[in-house]
Amino acid sequence: MNAAPVAARLLAGLTRLITGVRARWAGAAPTTAQRVYFANHSSHLDTLVIWASLPAPIRARTRPVAAADYWDRPGLRRWLACQVLNALLVERAGGCGSREALRRIDESLAAGDSLILFPEGTRGDGTTVGELKPGLYFVARQRPTVELVPVYLQDLSRILPKGEVLPVPLLGSATFGAPLALAPGEDRHVFLQRARAALISLGARG
Amino acid sequence: MNLLTDPEMLLLLGGIGGLLTLSSLIGWALGLRVREDPARLVIANLNARIRSWWVMTAVFVAALATGGIGSVMLFALTSFIALREFITLTPTHRADHRTLFWAFFVFAPVQYLLVGIGWYGLFAIFIPVYAFLFIPLRSALAGDTEDFLARTAKIQWGLMIAIYCVSHAPALLMLEIPGYQEEGAKLLLYLIIVVQLSDVLQYVFGKTLGKHRIVPRLSPNKTWEGTVGGIATATLVGTLLWWVTPFTPWAAAVIALLICLTGFAGGLVMSAIKRDRGVKDFGTLIEGHGGILDRIDSLCFAAPVFFHVVRYFYT
Repeated sequence: MNAAPVAARLLAGLTRLITGVRARWAGAAPTTAQRVYFANHSSHLDTLVIWASLPAPIRARTRPVAAADYWDRPGLRRWLACQVLNALLVERAGGCGSREALRRIDESLAAGDSLILFPEGTRGDGTTVGELKPGLYFVARQRPTVELVPVYLQDLSRILPKGEVLPVPLLGSATFGAPLALAPGEDRHVFLQRARAALISLGARG
Repeated sequence: MNLLTDPEMLLLLGGIGGLLTLSSLIGWALGLRVREDPARLVIANLNARIRSWWVMTAVFVAALATGGIGSVMLFALTSFIALREFITLTPTHRADHRTLFWAFFVFAPVQYLLVGIGWYGLFAIFIPVYAFLFIPLRSALAGDTEDFLARTAKIQWGLMIAIYCVSHAPALLMLEIPGYQEEGAKLLLYLIIVVQLSDVLQYVFGKTLGKHRIVPRLSPNKTWEGTVGGIATATLVGTLLWWVTPFTPWAAAVIALLICLTGFAGGLVMSAIKRDRGVKDFGTLIEGHGGILDRIDSLCFAAPVFFHVVRYFYT
């Protein structure tokens, strides 16, 4: 018997229990359309939370893009990442913009997967949204049919901040905003600023 | 005490069941009659509240039926969720993380453990002395002094309201009242009935007769008509229920009034906290009511006062 699907359901339930997160769909309805969910990043829980707050049929076809240096370690982590989360592990040595990572992301999108992406590249302290790496822009240019959905994660840095191992069970939230698309001829920086502003305004809605 | 063989307990539960059935019928009839939009929303919220009351009553009665341990665990869980709602709304710093971990996973469980084993001496001082001294110490060790006093006070107040005060309700089970042994569950049920009925009746009188607001800036829903009507009626019910308690009818009247007044104070204070944080409810767990803390705000103030009155005069 394969333990991965059972573990996936358990993990999704456990994540929702600890973080109290319910998805709030403000501008995008949950559909199985091919999407890239991009979110602010402040906690190791972020990946799990977005993945767990998606309805099960959508979750099954959505792959988190995760850093290989953290997840690709022998044992539980690799099993979780590869078997349970079906994560797309990429090297982040050159940041999200590194060519190999982008090639893997594009391959996965070509295969029809939806992705979860943290374009800041690294975890912040949860108070601000950092500058976005250009990876998101390349995805928007390469795959214009894929919907780019901003997701604002709130209070997760309080539940499990950077550098802590034990979570405090506050109530977090994940707000899914209206999809973004690259405007014809839009400049890279303008697009990335617009995507960042979309995240920030979702956070300001409270 | 066996819940199912105590005739007084059965009568109380039958009364609650009858009241809920009546409310559901009224809610259903109002839903048929009222068609205009703003009023329809009020009725929809009313019916959601009544549905939640059925669920809450079922859970509470099931916990009471297991005897002491189920009640203590139910209130422990309630406290835990209430603390979760409270701290979520309260801005804390990164440096408070480990302090909060202690609050959730050490102080809250230990307080209820003390209730469970009936160690009154430590139960009464554990949070206001030991937890209150430990919290600023732990935050100080984390080294962040910005807003130190405010951060400390917020966590302490969260523990006070959500854990310490609420734990006085199941603590009624540890009181040994002469001539009333093993009947603590009825006293707990009495407190919950009076405090919640007072809330409900203040809501009903407020919606039907309410005109003059008590503190307009704080809560648009608290009116003089609703508060006085609700408290008077709940006090009357509390008096008429004297036979389930160790109180005489007159004492029951005074104590029921005290429960209602402290409950009102709790609702007012918790509203002030919500206004300060700019939210309407503490959470979304209970349909129609908001969060757990929205439902137990009056209990937070009423439980410790009721507990000490009973302990002082009747044990």
